[in-house]
Amino acid sequence: MKKAENSILRSAASLAAVAIIGTTLLTGVDKLTAERIAEQERRVVLEQLAQIVSPDRYDNELQDDLLKISDELHFPRGQTVTVYRARKNGEPEALIMKLAAVRGYNGMIHLLVGINADGSLSGVRVASHKETPGLGDVIEVEKSDWILGFSGRSLQSPATTEWAVKRDGGEFDQFTGATITPRAVVEAVRLSLEYFQANQALLFQAPAQNTTSEQL
Amino acid sequence: MSTISYRQIFADGVWNQNTGLVVLLGLCPLLAVTNTVVNGLGLGMATILTLSFSNLFVSLARGIFRPEIRIPAYVLIIASVVTVIQLLLQAWMHDLYRVLGIFIPLIVTNCAIIGRAEAFAARNRALPSLVDGFATGLGFCLALVLLGALREIIGRGTLLSQASLMFGDFGDSLQLTLIPNHPGFLLALLPPGAFIGLGLLIAGRNWLDARRPLTRAQRADSSPSKAAAPADGQGEFN
Repeated sequence: MKKAENSILRSAASLAAVAIIGTTLLTGVDKLTAERIAEQERRVVLEQLAQIVSPDRYDNELQDDLLKISDELHFPRGQTVTVYRARKNGEPEALIMKLAAVRGYNGMIHLLVGINADGSLSGVRVASHKETPGLGDVIEVEKSDWILGFSGRSLQSPATTEWAVKRDGGEFDQFTGATITPRAVVEAVRLSLEYFQANQALLFQAPAQNTTSEQL
Repeated sequence: MSTISYRQIFADGVWNQNTGLVVLLGLCPLLAVTNTVVNGLGLGMATILTLSFSNLFVSLARGIFRPEIRIPAYVLIIASVVTVIQLLLQAWMHDLYRVLGIFIPLIVTNCAIIGRAEAFAARNRALPSLVDGFATGLGFCLALVLLGALREIIGRGTLLSQASLMFGDFGDSLQLTLIPNHPGFLLALLPPGAFIGLGLLIAGRNWLDARRPLTRAQRADSSPSKAAAPADGQGEFN
């Protein structure tokens, strides 16, 4: 009996020892890398944002001037939209919304929508998606120029009723074999513009909710 | 087993007992990330590192663990090694890390790693175990790269696209466009293409193996028992 107890104790002790050594090692490595990882994540976010609003247009720290909004009407399915606000000499220049198009073919299509202070689109990019490769993935800027077609558009150009793919009587091209994907993207961009139009003052004036820098 | 030569360890790890093509362990990452060479190479190198160090630590710790708890202990060791590698990748090869994503932490679940810990490292000295881990990882990495190359060439007509993820700016000069204006062959890039490609690779390996004249090792013990019962206990971890 004594012997069995001893062997159990020995097992437990050796497992605990491995766990302690492992944890110590990981804590050490985490300490060593944490700063660099945070830096890298900031860099990735900035690089993505720079595709939409070029860095020379603003002089504030985009990642410290952000806002979290939720609005079921414009950003459905309870998503929290991150808004990065670009300012030059304190004046509103543009903002970038990180939102998701919810009516894609396969799950959420995560988008970055850049809107200039005058209400026109600075640019749109797809941050991540799970649409069908070869059909729906034409929304990626690496695959085609389609997504660039949003730049310069606004709710006046085309008119709100034309904010749809051609199949639905709108302005925007769809792709052969994929209508659902561009339809979802066009809809999400239009909704974000409408939200911007309705809340522009608030979007730029609300105090920054600087939580933590976050990964896209 | 303790008198095994390094040459034999490499022959087993890379060819005779290749994890991806013969033992067929770790198929989930093998099939999932190999749509390009660079992805395959990235995961392959991470696996080489994991296998080498987990084998080394398991070997150093052999004798400490009672048999009943050896598996949880190995899992702890492997998980620690993988997490360290994940953090390092995240810090220094961030773009590659973003591409490989969940498959880095999932290396923990690659049965080949605990398989080698149990079948080799737990019974051998530290240096042979390290070498065995490296050789097994190298074999797996080669399978990943070959499958990645096959699928990338057929699916996209390129080779080493996005090499900048691994090699920085230098990588851009490595990219080859083998078939200009390739319209893209979707099947090769989608999961079915991974299965078909893997099947072709296995068939190719077996064909080469069948054509190969008997090697010295096989001549040395020409009894069929070796072929029939591969390495000890590896099958258990399927």
